[in-house]
Amino acid sequence: MAVNGAQIVIDRLSHMYRPPHGKPVLAVDDVSLAVGEREFLALLGPSGCGKSTLLYLLGGFLPTETGSITVDGKPITGPGPDRGIVFQHFALFPWKTVRANVMYGLKRAGLPRDEQEKRAQAFIDLVGLHGFEESYPSQLSGGMKQRTAIARTLAIDPEILLMDEPFGALDAQTRSLMQTELLSIWERSPKTVIFVTHDVQEAVYLARRIAVMSARPGRIKAIIETNFDRRDPHLFKSKPFVDKVDEIWDLVRAEAIKAQGTRST
Amino acid sequence: MTAALSGVAFRYLPIVILAVLWQMASEFGWVSTAVLPPLSSVFEAGWGLITSDDFWVNAGASLYRGGVGLLLAIVIGAALGIGMAWWRPVRALLSPIVEIFYPLPKSALIPVTALWLGFGDASKILLIFLGCMLPVTIGAFNGARGSERTLVWSARSLGAGRLRTLWDVVVPSAMPELLNGVRTALALSWVLLVASELIVARAGLGYLIGFMGDGGNYDGMFAVVLFVALLGFIADRLYQMAMQRALRWRE
Ligand SMILES: Nc1ncnc2c1ncn2[C@@H]1O[C@H](COP(=O)(O)OP(=O)(O)OP(=O)(O)O)[C@@H](O)[C@H]1O
Ligand SMILES: [Mg+2]
Repeated sequence: MAVNGAQIVIDRLSHMYRPPHGKPVLAVDDVSLAVGEREFLALLGPSGCGKSTLLYLLGGFLPTETGSITVDGKPITGPGPDRGIVFQHFALFPWKTVRANVMYGLKRAGLPRDEQEKRAQAFIDLVGLHGFEESYPSQLSGGMKQRTAIARTLAIDPEILLMDEPFGALDAQTRSLMQTELLSIWERSPKTVIFVTHDVQEAVYLARRIAVMSARPGRIKAIIETNFDRRDPHLFKSKPFVDKVDEIWDLVRAEAIKAQGTRST
Repeated sequence: MTAALSGVAFRYLPIVILAVLWQMASEFGWVSTAVLPPLSSVFEAGWGLITSDDFWVNAGASLYRGGVGLLLAIVIGAALGIGMAWWRPVRALLSPIVEIFYPLPKSALIPVTALWLGFGDASKILLIFLGCMLPVTIGAFNGARGSERTLVWSARSLGAGRLRTLWDVVVPSAMPELLNGVRTALALSWVLLVASELIVARAGLGYLIGFMGDGGNYDGMFAVVLFVALLGFIADRLYQMAMQRALRWRE
């Protein structure tokens, strides 16, 4: 593992939830992982294994109690616009319109008003929400909310992008469009991406490295490197690609079965 | 437009029926006019009142006391409730006090504030402030406590500081419950105001009701009672309309 020169270094990180009522839950267990600058890493694992928790720790929303996380050598002390996040459940401000949601981070960054508007519009157009600028989140479909959340985070151009199943609510066509869009953004202005997904094919297509997590408590079970030519239009049908997807599927499935097992006992 | 108007007319038809029954009751001698004066004479007395300066001086006194007391209750009550939700020490300090005073019948404070501040405006304002603050505080507290953590996190990761997040996320999250608390406070303020003026005051609509009742001017007394009811109704309708506008983001 290329710890030297890595941008994000997670070292023996654990996280325990302590609900006020009920017993503590160990959600992340002894995770060590280094992510290089401008790397695109996918995080796969069965439901409930601690993927979101890991992103919350990286975002600085939950305190690091056991182990450490450093970004550019400095420990994380709290949230900041250097680490943008797209939440699994969108977390849009329900009292703000699509436009106001996307503009929020730009306003906080102190951009001049016309600059805010121009930039927000560009990202609204990018995610295909032209014409819905003045809609409130309650008037949007799940997929549209998700795209608004993506636009809001991309608009502030964070150095590190944390994405929690960002395409989970999208239909197949929109999902594929957004995947291509994300890749082209990443190629144009390279940033470090940590991308949580349930979709193995998506992970293999987008990421250069895939970390597979074990059933709860989440550990890193395997790290797989991939390098496919994404411009190949027949990529999804090519044998090496399909084999890779199958190989990773087997790993994830084994963990999912384990997760089922622990749940029923 | 006409459809909307006839809708409104239909909705308030029971009020019209009630008014007709009232008039008939005294017309046909079902009840003594000493107990219930005919509605027509009440209206007549009401017309006499609203064309007199004296009436508006009293109405102005009531509205001033109610308005200032309520405004203080809303501003301070909301700040306390949100403060309790956001800062643990504030919660530890205030929540037992709120819990103990919340069930207190607020009218019990009428003699207390009169003792402290006398018979004038100040005692009424203090009464309404103290009596109406807790529903606002509790609404603001519950609303702010219920703000989703991922919304707070979103704001923080989009570059908002802690205070900014309080204003941009916690306050709007608290708004629906806060505004409901204010609605309760609005109704309560009217009750407290009229009751306190009836008991200890030298001006105000409540005072006018008592004064006319004591002087045997029952037509006038009923007219003021109706006026007070109408004012309360209008205030509530206006408030509800404003609230719907403020919360139009909710579907
Ligand atoms: N606030 C909390 N209090 C207590 N336990 C929690 C809390 N949040 C999550 N957990 C537990 O921690 C574990 C990991 O949760 P997390 O949301 O990180 O999983 P995940 O991998 O993102 O799952 P999914 O793929 O379904 O989104 C789960 O077992 C969950 O029950
Ligand atoms: Mg999750």
